[in-house]
Amino acid sequence: MSVAKPLPHDAARLHVTGQARYVDDIPVPADCLHLAFGLSEIAHGTVTPLDLSAVRTAPGVVAVWGASDLDPMPDCSPSTHDEPLLGGPEVSYLGQPIFVVAATSHLAARRAARLAKVAYDAAPAILSIEDALAADSRFEEGPRIWQRGDAAAAIAGAAHVLEGRFEIGGQEHFYLEGQAALALPQEGGDMVIHASTQHPSEIQHKVAHALDVPMHAVRVETRRMGGGFGGKESQGNALAIACALIARATGRPCKMRYDRDDDMMVTGKRHDFRVGYRVGFDGDGRVQGIEFLHWARCGWAQDLSLPVADRAMLHADNAYWLPAVRIESHRLKTHTQSATAFRGFGGPQGMIGMERVMDHIAHHLGADPVAVRRANYYVAADGGGLSSPRAGNPRPPEDISGQMKGAVTPYGQRVEDFELHGMTEALLASSDYAARKAAVAEWNAANPVLKKGIAFSPVKFGISFTLTHLNQAGALVHVYQDGSVHLNHGGTEMGQGLFQKVAQVAASAFGIGLEAVKITATDTGKVPNTSATAASSGSDLNGMAVKAACDTLRDRIAGHLAERYQTEPRRVHFAGGKVFVGDEEMRFAEAAQSAYQARVSLSATGFYKTPKLEWDRIKGHGRPFFYFAYGAAVSEVVVDTLTGENRILRVDILHDAGASLNPALDIGQVEGGFVQGAGWLTTEELVWDDSGRLRTHAPSTYKIPACSDRPDVFNVALWDTENREETIYRSKAVGEPPFMLGISAFLALSDAVAACGPAYPDLQAPATAEEVLAAIGRARA
Amino acid sequence: MPPSRLSCRAMAAPPALHRIGWGCEGLDAKKAAGLARMNIAFLLNGEEVRISDAAPTTTLLDWLREARGLTGTKEGCNEGDCGACTVVVTHASGTEKGAQAINACITFLPQVHGLALRTIEGVSGPEGQLHPIQQAMIDEHGSQCGFCTPGIVNSLVAAQIRGDRGFDRVLSGNLCRCTGYAPIIRAAEAVGDDLADIPVWLHEFPPDDLGGPLSIAPESANELAEWYAANPDATLIAGATDVGLWATKALRDLPKVCFLNRCWDLQRTQRTADSIRLGAGVTIEEMRVALAQDFPSFAAMLERFASQQVRATATIGGNIANGSPIGDGPPALIALGARLHLRKGDARREIALEDFFIDYGKQDRAPGEFVEAVTIPTQPDRLKCYKLSKRFDQDISAVCGCFNIAVEGGTVAEARIAFGGMAGIPKRASAVEAALVGQPWSEASVAAALPAFAQDFKPMSDMRASAAYRLQTAQNMLRRYWLEDQGAATNVLEVGA
Repeated sequence: MSVAKPLPHDAARLHVTGQARYVDDIPVPADCLHLAFGLSEIAHGTVTPLDLSAVRTAPGVVAVWGASDLDPMPDCSPSTHDEPLLGGPEVSYLGQPIFVVAATSHLAARRAARLAKVAYDAAPAILSIEDALAADSRFEEGPRIWQRGDAAAAIAGAAHVLEGRFEIGGQEHFYLEGQAALALPQEGGDMVIHASTQHPSEIQHKVAHALDVPMHAVRVETRRMGGGFGGKESQGNALAIACALIARATGRPCKMRYDRDDDMMVTGKRHDFRVGYRVGFDGDGRVQGIEFLHWARCGWAQDLSLPVADRAMLHADNAYWLPAVRIESHRLKTHTQSATAFRGFGGPQGMIGMERVMDHIAHHLGADPVAVRRANYYVAADGGGLSSPRAGNPRPPEDISGQMKGAVTPYGQRVEDFELHGMTEALLASSDYAARKAAVAEWNAANPVLKKGIAFSPVKFGISFTLTHLNQAGALVHVYQDGSVHLNHGGTEMGQGLFQKVAQVAASAFGIGLEAVKITATDTGKVPNTSATAASSGSDLNGMAVKAACDTLRDRIAGHLAERYQTEPRRVHFAGGKVFVGDEEMRFAEAAQSAYQARVSLSATGFYKTPKLEWDRIKGHGRPFFYFAYGAAVSEVVVDTLTGENRILRVDILHDAGASLNPALDIGQVEGGFVQGAGWLTTEELVWDDSGRLRTHAPSTYKIPACSDRPDVFNVALWDTENREETIYRSKAVGEPPFMLGISAFLALSDAVAACGPAYPDLQAPATAEEVLAAIGRARA
Repeated sequence: MPPSRLSCRAMAAPPALHRIGWGCEGLDAKKAAGLARMNIAFLLNGEEVRISDAAPTTTLLDWLREARGLTGTKEGCNEGDCGACTVVVTHASGTEKGAQAINACITFLPQVHGLALRTIEGVSGPEGQLHPIQQAMIDEHGSQCGFCTPGIVNSLVAAQIRGDRGFDRVLSGNLCRCTGYAPIIRAAEAVGDDLADIPVWLHEFPPDDLGGPLSIAPESANELAEWYAANPDATLIAGATDVGLWATKALRDLPKVCFLNRCWDLQRTQRTADSIRLGAGVTIEEMRVALAQDFPSFAAMLERFASQQVRATATIGGNIANGSPIGDGPPALIALGARLHLRKGDARREIALEDFFIDYGKQDRAPGEFVEAVTIPTQPDRLKCYKLSKRFDQDISAVCGCFNIAVEGGTVAEARIAFGGMAGIPKRASAVEAALVGQPWSEASVAAALPAFAQDFKPMSDMRASAAYRLQTAQNMLRRYWLEDQGAATNVLEVGA
């Protein structure tokens, strides 16, 4: 069987030889036009006149459109109708597109876009959380509040109470391939779009709407992205719409790709958050009651901010049983880029808020931070007979509420698969945590300038889209008469290895080698109405849909062969590239040929919808997640107390990918996720100035981890346990959860800083060298 | 012809004489041609190409992708910071530069004139055979989205030819957002760098007669001096690691340009009994290697100067002449008491390097005058260079502090302290120096000197650091110099788990 093998990425050979084709690499007809946006230079106000005459007469320019040239104005929003393609006369953030140029080359379009003469009537801009709260500028009518029990009373009755406020910076995706789209006009007004997108159906939907044609007139194709990380879930809409509109207007192909600086100025990033907390706990650090306040800076448009902020609330518990809890979430509207999906989708912000509380409690009590965490863990999956899965007996939590102490999340979902007790034990042993913690203390006693820190942190991450209807997927599989297989599904490939995993599923279903399976570009003409490849769901959803399609075809072939050889279909087996029918055997290709000649359909669709989900986001109650994925990390760091410079020295990770579909690809997700998560919390600092201008809009000023920033010692292992739920071959989703393992690096920095003085360091994120030095000052105070 | 160890590994070899016959004999002919036409020739994946119809400020990346359809070379940032466009260039065998990875996005076509260039398409063999590094990247799962991969492979290919196995340094200019780098390093370590490990199709040098004189590229300092004095409005381009961004980001027109990459005599490092003379065209990488024995702390800091790709092309002359307050070369050189050699036509003058920097954006350089060399006086090594930035590699300094404090008989005899990032220019900490000189070399003297920093510097706040942080860390760098002198561990880069 192909599944569970550590096979390379399906396109690895194309990657290393430069043959892998991205949108900007697709050969285009000679008359192709190239587009560029002109951007607003103010954060809020009115464009009073927009003089585009110099743009129009610039070399190579074919068409220029401002807001007044578009009626109706196309909308780019994935959620609600609040994102005009072009701003103006009102502009809502600095960097907002206000006109579009089409020219004969990318460079000509960019150069022309600089020539507009724009005057502005500036209005006061709402930039910060404080600004937004003062103006009550928000999405939804007020804060979303979920609670269980009486948190305030529980806190009042606790032996210890702490409160604090924690700032969490945003994060630029920095996919290496910038946003790109190509529109190819077809006969009869149809449009073919190549887009670097995680969500081809959304592009299809938005382009069809902009062109005022049915969705059937627009076909979107995505072979691969050069990285997505959530940044291509909705942020590619504007480029595809602009290309389609101008392609229709001119009859010429249109391509648009953002220059990196434009990409960073225009597109949304991870939401920055402020988390306030008040927690009551006992002498062992057990939480009695807790109140969280989340403030999310969502930017100018709603985009995906509501589900992002919901997911932050859904991860405010992380791995811990909270007997009484209240979470209040404010989704603030500001004149900045519209914050969007980014790996973890709010989960990381909610989770680090909880981990920060654990850190604070342990420091306050002088207790071992790992002991405090374990004291608060949800009960073990098998602990107390509470939560072993019982087939055919899905009991809603209410039925056994008396027994649910320690096993139910604040939103009422029973944690049935809690793996962290065993994982924690195993990781502490494999990482030699206790001895290294002692060695760190010894080092710190001996070294006045350089201080070390070590920290453990767990991850429990909920798997499923919280918008329940998105948890569906389709696939289309053809078997040709030579036995080769054409595979298509609704997921997109952005580097995560989804296509290879799904191909492994298909090959396993037919018992054939991977070389017989052709992986093809995601195409809205083959599989309709797809969900974004997001929420870590790609393999879970599309793997199952592909398996369903393959099973259908296999059953048809088996039925045919059983009839031909006068046996039962159940006696037909597919393995090793062969088909066994009773005592007969033949090559799979012969079986396919035989079925073809018997006029058996060798094309099938497959469909899957995630079971067991039921969720009320207003009440904050139900079962939003099919299951949880777990992970744990131990990080060790060293800090320079003179400058705050720091390095991650060693990281040990144990991660739960269920029964892995492909351990090599899964470990790749874990290693990459950790480094990206650590980057978010250390060097990756987004800086806006007082005018609302993003000052870190290129890699020269925005610093993602470089090669030497990876941990010197980096031990990653998978927790090899089957998913208790019936997922594809009992595997687990692995895209987002490892990102949050990076929290351990942040906590290790906090630990190192705490070695500098008696006070709680109150380290804020990102922990740049400057922030670390400031925290050292606070610890010493 | 297989690459000879000596010429390919020249970074570690002593400076060699350049090829005979590359002087200024082409000047008269070019004068006649009017220094305008361009006829660029180089080897592209083993085949000679000639270009006469492109503007001299066409970037190599745009030309590869748009004119040649070689789309394996990617545009990630268009400013030389991500490495997705990395290609391999091999210099003529006599130039001792060997194979280098460079950023195609900020390389102008005339800069590859006469070189052998390999894009990712030419790293594989003529029959499609994989380079061992490509195979290792597959085997070790070194690619995920694949967009950075061609650049990563090319950086490793160039390093293999050079015999450089410092992979963190080699890959300092290649960003990957997917893998966390671990599998890439596993792939790099899996491949050897014996001659037999280097595929035969990469055993190449450009032929000596490839290219010949280029109308917009003088071939000597003399030729440059004469032409520039007559054309003081021209833009001089050496490594283009900054000027490249004027074209790709500021979208500036550069109507009159002059490329310095063929001024061979500006690329020499010369040693005498009392000085080291670095020609303006010496690259940062060459300077790093040249000074490794004399001033190891300076060389260590230069390992963090931008990235491998930028260090391979950026020159010390450009780093100085550019006048940036945050270039990392000048503070160290000022601390070493370096002298700057300026030239206009036949007129030469020499000034203290710190005097070159007058104010932000203003240098002591007349129209038509250029930086010819910088000399470092021979001295016992007391130099420590502290570069502080958000990220260790490929980042611009928030503060770059360079300390050269001579102690005789327990007393500070001389102090030369210079900073980048603390003022509008690279600037000496005169008040701090004065507070130290003549004092006993002690913790108390260091503490007493700290307030003087506020006299010397009023730094600014920007996206890299706040003014207060800059001032505090500048002070702490003096404390670090003291602590380091006393043997304390002070460098996080030297600590293991």
